[in-house]
Amino acid sequence: MPRSIQINESGELVHLLTTEGIPKALMLRILDRAKAFLDPKNPKEVVNAPLLDGKSVFNLFFENSTRTRTTFEIAAKRLSADVVNLNVQASSTAKGESLLDTIDNLAAMKADMFVVRHGQSGAPTLIAKHINKVAPHIRVMNAGDGRHAHPTQALLDAFTIRHFKGDFQHLRVAIVGDILHSRVARSNIHALTTLGVPEIRAIGPWTLLPSGLKELGLQVYTDLSEGLRDVDVILTLRLQNERMRGAMLPSTQEYFKNYGLTADRLSVAKPDAIVMHPGPMNRGVEIDSAVADGSQSVILSQVTFGIAVRMAVMSMLAEARH
Amino acid sequence: MAAAQRRLSLSASLPRLRIVGGRLVDPASKTDRPMDLWIDDGSLVAITPPGERLAGFSPDQEIDAKGLVICPGLIDLCARLREPGFEYKATLESEMRAAIAGGVTRLVCPPDTDPPLDEPGLVEMLKHRARNLIQAHVHPLGALTVGLKGEQITEMAELSEAGCVGFSQGPIPIVNTQIFFRALQYASTFEYPVWFYPMDPWIGRSGVAHAGPVSGRLGLPGIPVANETIALQTVFELMRATGAQVHVCRLSSAAGVDLVRQAKREGLAITADVAIHHLHLIDVDLADFDSNYRVLPPFRSQRDRDALRAGVLDGTIDVICSDHAPVDDDAKQLPFGEAEPGVTALELLLPLTLKWAQESKLPLIEAIRRLTVNPAAVLGRDAGHLSVGGQADICIFDPEDHWTVSASQLFSQGSNTPYLGLELQGRVQSVLVDGRCVFERSNGGFSASSR
Repeated sequence: MPRSIQINESGELVHLLTTEGIPKALMLRILDRAKAFLDPKNPKEVVNAPLLDGKSVFNLFFENSTRTRTTFEIAAKRLSADVVNLNVQASSTAKGESLLDTIDNLAAMKADMFVVRHGQSGAPTLIAKHINKVAPHIRVMNAGDGRHAHPTQALLDAFTIRHFKGDFQHLRVAIVGDILHSRVARSNIHALTTLGVPEIRAIGPWTLLPSGLKELGLQVYTDLSEGLRDVDVILTLRLQNERMRGAMLPSTQEYFKNYGLTADRLSVAKPDAIVMHPGPMNRGVEIDSAVADGSQSVILSQVTFGIAVRMAVMSMLAEARH
Repeated sequence: MAAAQRRLSLSASLPRLRIVGGRLVDPASKTDRPMDLWIDDGSLVAITPPGERLAGFSPDQEIDAKGLVICPGLIDLCARLREPGFEYKATLESEMRAAIAGGVTRLVCPPDTDPPLDEPGLVEMLKHRARNLIQAHVHPLGALTVGLKGEQITEMAELSEAGCVGFSQGPIPIVNTQIFFRALQYASTFEYPVWFYPMDPWIGRSGVAHAGPVSGRLGLPGIPVANETIALQTVFELMRATGAQVHVCRLSSAAGVDLVRQAKREGLAITADVAIHHLHLIDVDLADFDSNYRVLPPFRSQRDRDALRAGVLDGTIDVICSDHAPVDDDAKQLPFGEAEPGVTALELLLPLTLKWAQESKLPLIEAIRRLTVNPAAVLGRDAGHLSVGGQADICIFDPEDHWTVSASQLFSQGSNTPYLGLELQGRVQSVLVDGRCVFERSNGGFSASSR
């Protein structure tokens, strides 16, 4: 169903809500486009391209995240768009205005694109369905909704993997940590499966693993060293503060002892395995500093590629006919 | 006194009626054949073969039922009328009309109103307001504990006198098992039935969808089947200790159906119902986060749905109900997890039951049984059948009528249904309550006297 909301009859992306259901060819087109936004001489640099000149991008953050918002803002500005940042939780919703009322009001302010971050799974889908009815020229980009999806993060992770590994066909990828609450994990599972990764592993304690992982084609491990054996890529997930003690986990120390990525644990993976993290990192909780700053870490490259991928999605959304 | 006089003056003006040319489907008497019905002074005076005359009876009004099915008025074991307290969602007037337009002539309303139905005055007021509308008969359930808070039991005898047919917490479980035990003990002292929603107060408490592959994929917090099975095991254990009589409301899972089947075999005094939507919809239907699919208990897997259907067929589940819950747009047009659970269902109960019967290859009379005689038995009332000398609560429907569900077609104030825009088969044409024709769709709906 989300596919029909985010892809039009010509097969173009009109919203980006989830990586689930995006055809492989379209996903590769996004990655190719992102590559074109990197300086060919220096892939750590992103180029400017005035493809969104005269367009207005509204960052609607119902949940606070300065870092994510900034990456979308930079991407939009590199494309010459005007950017409006709205911290919605602090303004209208606190006054009792409903979500769709807020959307109607912002739509009337000549917005061309909404970048939406929301604490509830499915909120950007609700907004996109509403937009399709009332203002179909506006594009909706999901910047993270509840536990559901964070599609640009998954696409930038895919871009990073492709950059360092060449392709997806023979890879073993491990996702480590709090998969239950992670939109990043869900979006990565769909994206990497679509792109042809033959083996994806989920590693964590049972309290942090959602039901249905096997149905998604994953192999589930509760032992980190076993799960990391011979993998090519390690996606480490951030452990949210509120999960660090309580009924899910007893303490950060015990978590680090069992699931923290250390140099020792990393040694069972393939020697050229890369280590990724969506940020911000909790050093000494899910990842040891020696690994985070080590030679196998590509975490800072992810940040740069994130700008290029968001530029790619924004420019493709702007091109699509509604 | 005033009410009695009013009734007297009304019955004096009741017309003599003949319903002609229809197919009578009455599960209680195992009747399924063309018959004419004669009604005088509010009750059914004769049932005759088609075309026969009744000596000395000249009808004031004839209802042409050619091509239509005549059955006892439907009895719904759960319809939220939203009064008192939630008039912005729906009113007694709007939902009583929805009931009649759905063929429902008798309904039970749960106590989770605001304030909850925990005082006789509230129950009397509701019954009084409903009676004045001269539509469906309304049977409130009293709150099992004061304010549904699970702390202090209510004055059950007083509430019964005021008209409560049983006691319930609605979907708000009693957390303290000791208090639940005492409440069942007290209710069983006076043989008051307890209507129990099997929901554990802890497991899956923050969940919004069935815990399974779909909620896992969509990132929606899950409600595991254990939420239902733990609660069932608890209530069965307490029934064994107290001898309480329990009606299990809204089964949702295969494991839950199994537990009820075993408990019935053991001889526990239980009956059970399922909401009609749960015989059709499953968790896969949530795929695009449509909050009209947000219900409590949640739609579960296909395997669960199939087990619920089998449970209704083999009698483990006695009754199909609407679990009607009109919700206003402000509470529904929200992200899935924030939206209020519930569907508007009174007007879909019959067509969706017919759809289930058709898909299950079940004869019409057996489907109607789950909406008439069986719920009457749960209520312990002489109702839900059509017999000479008996009450004339009658539903007349066109089993072939295809219609498209839309907000403007529904009398309910809520338009929160996943069936919006879809076509259903089977539609109520006329409804009689106590021998009075209160609704005729072809004549513009409700008769003036019932407004």
